Amino acid sequence: MSSPQEQHIATYREEAGELLAELETSLLDLEENPQDSDLINRVFRAMHTIKGSGAMFGFDDIASFTHEVETVFDQVRNGKMQVTRALLDLTLQARDQITVMLAASAGGPPADTGRGQHIIEGLRELLPAVVHAKTTPVSELVKASETDSHNRTYRVRFRPIPEIMTTGTNPLNLLKELQELGTCETIAHFDAIPLLDQLIAEHCFIYWDIVLTTSSGIEAIKDVFIFVEDDCDLKIDLIDDGSVLDSDSSYKKLGDILVERGDLSPVEMHKIVSMQKRFGEILVEQGIVPASKVQSALVEQQQIRQVRQERTTAAPAAEAALSIRVPAERLDHLVNLVGELVTVQAHLTQIAGNRNDNEIISVAEEVERLISELRDTTLNMRMLPIGSTFSKFKRLVRDLSAELGKEIDLETTGAETELDKTVIEKLNDPLVHLIRNSIDHGIEIPDVRRAAGKPVKGIVRLAAEHSGDSVLVTIRDDGAGLDKERIRAKGIERGLITATSELSDKDIYNLIFAPGFSTAQKVTSVSGRGVGMDVVKKAIEALRGTIDINSTPGKGSLITLRIPLTLAIIETLLVRIDQSYFVMPLTMVEECIELTRADVQAAHGRHLAHVRGELTPYISLRSEFEITQNQPDIEQIVILSVAGKRIGFVVDDVVGEHQTVIKSLGKLYRDVRGISGATILGDGTVALILDPGLLMHSVLQVEQEQFG
Amino acid sequence: MAKLIMTADDSASVRQMVTFTLKQNGYDVVEAVDGKDALTKLGSQKVDMLITDLNMPNLDGIGLIKGVRSSSLNKFIPIVMLTTESQESRKLEGKAAGATGWIVKPFKPDQLVAVVKKVLG
Repeated sequence: MSSPQEQHIATYREEAGELLAELETSLLDLEENPQDSDLINRVFRAMHTIKGSGAMFGFDDIASFTHEVETVFDQVRNGKMQVTRALLDLTLQARDQITVMLAASAGGPPADTGRGQHIIEGLRELLPAVVHAKTTPVSELVKASETDSHNRTYRVRFRPIPEIMTTGTNPLNLLKELQELGTCETIAHFDAIPLLDQLIAEHCFIYWDIVLTTSSGIEAIKDVFIFVEDDCDLKIDLIDDGSVLDSDSSYKKLGDILVERGDLSPVEMHKIVSMQKRFGEILVEQGIVPASKVQSALVEQQQIRQVRQERTTAAPAAEAALSIRVPAERLDHLVNLVGELVTVQAHLTQIAGNRNDNEIISVAEEVERLISELRDTTLNMRMLPIGSTFSKFKRLVRDLSAELGKEIDLETTGAETELDKTVIEKLNDPLVHLIRNSIDHGIEIPDVRRAAGKPVKGIVRLAAEHSGDSVLVTIRDDGAGLDKERIRAKGIERGLITATSELSDKDIYNLIFAPGFSTAQKVTSVSGRGVGMDVVKKAIEALRGTIDINSTPGKGSLITLRIPLTLAIIETLLVRIDQSYFVMPLTMVEECIELTRADVQAAHGRHLAHVRGELTPYISLRSEFEITQNQPDIEQIVILSVAGKRIGFVVDDVVGEHQTVIKSLGKLYRDVRGISGATILGDGTVALILDPGLLMHSVLQVEQEQFG
Repeated sequence: MAKLIMTADDSASVRQMVTFTLKQNGYDVVEAVDGKDALTKLGSQKVDMLITDLNMPNLDGIGLIKGVRSSSLNKFIPIVMLTTESQESRKLEGKAAGATGWIVKPFKPDQLVAVVKKVLG
């Protein structure tokens, strides 16, 4: 089945064939009756259709050739030329030429362009001297293509002629089209509407002032009125050029606007100003300017003020002017490249170290310094203030608290704290969950609060602050706090813990992160379906962050999220087990100590080490990863802080700090527990990135299965 | 309900293209082969819009526009005329006769749809 376009072309060929046949008969008839205007018209129309439709379907050569012939017949039609033998001969030749061109387009032999040119020249010679073949450029309906990023504000006065509707134009459609261009305020003026006995129902007596803030250019506004430009008074003025940054949001005085629009003379304005009353009121009282015009000017004033206000609050003036927008993927690409560069640089440093050549070492050091600066700068580019997310929650809190019949305020601090853009996006859903929880489970209804002697209005505090290479996001409410007994009971009911387990408060709180856990007494639209906290925890862990709960009964609870600044590059500790290299997040590392055979024997096979009198459990990565060869006599324990506990991980050797560019492991390894990714070392070796939290959990699971 | 648009053109290929484009964009279309045909059909059928060529046998576009504007049934409908670049004067004539807007031939389907949306609202 051919495409619609091909079908149209086929139809055109057929049609043109018919028209050419008709053209031939008409021309021959015309030879008999050179004065027959009907025949002349028919010839003209045939040419015209061949030309017009030809251009539509891509037969540009036919269209331009036929145009020349048509031009001549237009003169004949208008009585400026006589039908002569020479004209008919040439036109018949032209008709044959078109036939050949048409055939050529369908795969026939190519048309002789020289012959075509010859015919055209012959026809031109026949033309009266005054007429030149007009080739006005095709003036297409230009769509609003002239756009730039910043908004300008225009004042448009559109005053159609009363008869506008008799030409099928609906002025409201034009206003609607304007509204689609941007922020638009429309004021209708009714002062030109005549009294009822003079009113013609089919006429339009209303006119409009429109204040439009748009990023499309003035051409786009003119295009809206393209069909009615002769049927209306149209005045478009630029009243706020978005590129000029006025530091204050004030705008012209009302009187100045009216004078500028020509609705009020300067003399009148000064007279009124001297009266020292409210300007707009006086104007209306005095009947100098109708109320609607004053209203309209006020709208303009307001909109410009607002636009300028927004501009100044959105970004400090100077900063806005100096910033550029870049597509996110370009930044991602840059981050990737910097990542590669870091890897190469590590390689260089390693080689330089081996060469023992001072010159190379000094160059390598210089490169290292520059690259680390480049890395920081690049990562900084992706940083956005977290405030944009915060402001969304205001609305959430407002709506939810109203729905639940609670009175709750959201207080936010640290909105300017910056985080990687991707992190901010991924943080949104978990934060929504947590805030919902605080509103639904945490804050009590007003009566309960009053009885407990607390202020009726509950407060949810959302805060963000920097802490090392992480950002701490905290959600604190002054509600009832977590109910330990209920969580415990639920945990037993769900089989998560046994009735006799001795659990610290923290352990109990952590139960709420178990899948399917919910203590809400009834399911509300807000929370309580038991999906939530486990999802939140997973989302935070996916960001390599941690989540922590604290609660004081009756006083409220505090949830702390620790989120790494960026996802792409992290500081790690590089360790070695036999031939394999591993890295672990440096932020978790507390200290490194030695583990000798004697220590192991002293502990009687239990994986516990004495660190300054404190028992520290450890996990032997050798046995976890089943690496048996070349076990050294002295091993190293790297003690990490995992979920608030000190856990040791035993390795052969601690190599040192390493800047790790994270590479994901591909789908196949998605389910591998304990490994969160990989990185490439300077010499090209692959090192796996350990996920200590998950490693600890899997070990715990095995232990529990073995020992109950 | 889909809006009904009449296309009046003596060129079958243009009618076909206009009809196809409009139907693709959710409009109903009624075709007329020349001005006379169009005026007869419009005498008994209410349409939402008329797209007409200017050069047609029997009754040309100008005559058709005048006829529609003086009828009762379709008096206020938007009328868009198809013109060629060499017909500036015809365009003015058409406007004087009561055309709402125009499209310059050759045009692309997108341009046609843009104009239809513009005048139909």
